[in-house]
Amino acid sequence: MENSFIIDKLYKAFGQDILRMDTTSDILSFTVASPVIHEVIQFLKEDENMNFIFLTDLCGVHYPDRGLPLGVVYHLHNLRENKRLRIKTFITLNHPKVATVADLFSSANWMERETYDFYGIIFECHPNLKRILNVEYMDFFPMRKEYPLEDPTREDKDDRYFGR
Amino acid sequence: MDETKPYTTLNLGPTHPATHGIFQNVLTLDGEQIVDAEQTIGYIHRAFEKIAEHRPYYQITPLTDRLNYCSSPINNLGWHMTVEKLLGVKTSKRVDYMRIILMELARITDHLVCNSVIGVDSGALTGFIYVFQEREKVYEIYEEVSGARLTTNMGRVGGFERDFSLKAVKKIHEFLDHLPNVLHEFEKLLLRNRIFMDRTIGVGPISGERALNYGFTGPNLRAAGVDYDVRVMSPYSSYNDFEFTIPVGAQGDTYDRFCVRQEEIWQSLNLVRNALENLPEGNFHVDVPQFYLPPKEEVYSKMEALIWHFKIVMGEIEVPVGEVFHSVEGGNGELGFYLISDGGRTPFRLHFRRPGFIYYQAYPEMIRGGVLSDAILTMSSMNVIAGELDA
Repeated sequence: MENSFIIDKLYKAFGQDILRMDTTSDILSFTVASPVIHEVIQFLKEDENMNFIFLTDLCGVHYPDRGLPLGVVYHLHNLRENKRLRIKTFITLNHPKVATVADLFSSANWMERETYDFYGIIFECHPNLKRILNVEYMDFFPMRKEYPLEDPTREDKDDRYFGR
Repeated sequence: MDETKPYTTLNLGPTHPATHGIFQNVLTLDGEQIVDAEQTIGYIHRAFEKIAEHRPYYQITPLTDRLNYCSSPINNLGWHMTVEKLLGVKTSKRVDYMRIILMELARITDHLVCNSVIGVDSGALTGFIYVFQEREKVYEIYEEVSGARLTTNMGRVGGFERDFSLKAVKKIHEFLDHLPNVLHEFEKLLLRNRIFMDRTIGVGPISGERALNYGFTGPNLRAAGVDYDVRVMSPYSSYNDFEFTIPVGAQGDTYDRFCVRQEEIWQSLNLVRNALENLPEGNFHVDVPQFYLPPKEEVYSKMEALIWHFKIVMGEIEVPVGEVFHSVEGGNGELGFYLISDGGRTPFRLHFRRPGFIYYQAYPEMIRGGVLSDAILTMSSMNVIAGELDA
């Protein structure tokens, strides 16, 4: 499966919603507009020429300096052709909502819960969106960049000189 | 679920001898039959991804040990390969073969533990104690190679910290000679044992299609009949130099998972043997002075070496900007590292694709309708490792 084939098909189906393409990384990657993410993933999974039936990974990422700081990264895999694909979508902090893909992949259920747990990204229509690894009464999203690793008010510990 | 029926709620875990790790299952039972189940996880969550964003690359290896602690070398070496991919470092054949030897030894121990624990949960403690002696021998090999046993922190970016010593090679040979006898006896105990077969055949089945949808990888996926193996599909570390068979099952039940793992141990043994026989001469690391610690004698006597040592440990080195996804075939599935670097001393984002976390979701679906004792066998046959589950 050639890169150009995927690029053609994807641009034909979602022309103006593809914001960015990256062919220089290890995996062909696309950045798509957040409202169409479900359609894009569904197309990639169900189109008979695409066949990306395996969701390898789903995770969040936070770029505090960007206009759309929160991101969700999907890694898809076409097992028959052994082709991997990376899809990204970015959203705002005030309205951190994307559609769930748990209806397409059962594996997305916990991965989306994990992303919600750490980044506060709300996956709309998710069957059971609650915290998974952290305690339920936690009132912040710890993987966002503004949360320090350790309690900054501590005075007994100074890690500045130890590569941190 | 029938609301009018008086169901029993049973907490299986968090500290139950049959969960083999700290995670909880809240089971809804109708008599002994399982109506529904819900897992609660996160009891040993240690925020590795957050910590990794605050540590130089050199200091992240010990974090990866603690994911799947039954096969730490695979995690360590997988992480080094990810960094090498980001840096564009190409390792030599000797390094690759040394890595294969250690990763396959780790796979053997991982499978031995899982399979013998299936025996324990079905009432056969003997096999477990017996094969644990062999695991001990592999740990002695780790000790020779890296100095540690369980959390190995093995290897470096670019190769290994030291070459295989003569003692290590001797120990590997002894292990290769001895394990087949032990395996034969272990298989005699369980493989065609009427009681064991009755307990495991048809227990906790999953179809290939559902398994793919649930993100299964590794032996659990192959037991369901899908021959996906990262070592073959996207060969890393020169796995394409070797010939080996990928065993697949048909039913995706506990017995198939057991058999697939058992056969993989035999295949791994052959891989170790072949890699050791064909181990090329050469250096045990490639030349990457910015990432590979200089020899200790030089650090104590030469200024230049001391500076590099300091820079590497403190992360004062140049890392290219970029993002990579690298996956290796871990003991229980596809272990992936998604690394985003912004050129800083620490990763901007590091995400571990932990196979156990992803496939454990399918557990309620697999045990629904079965009885409680089968649920326990299903769990041990899935090889869920708490450290990896919670990261």
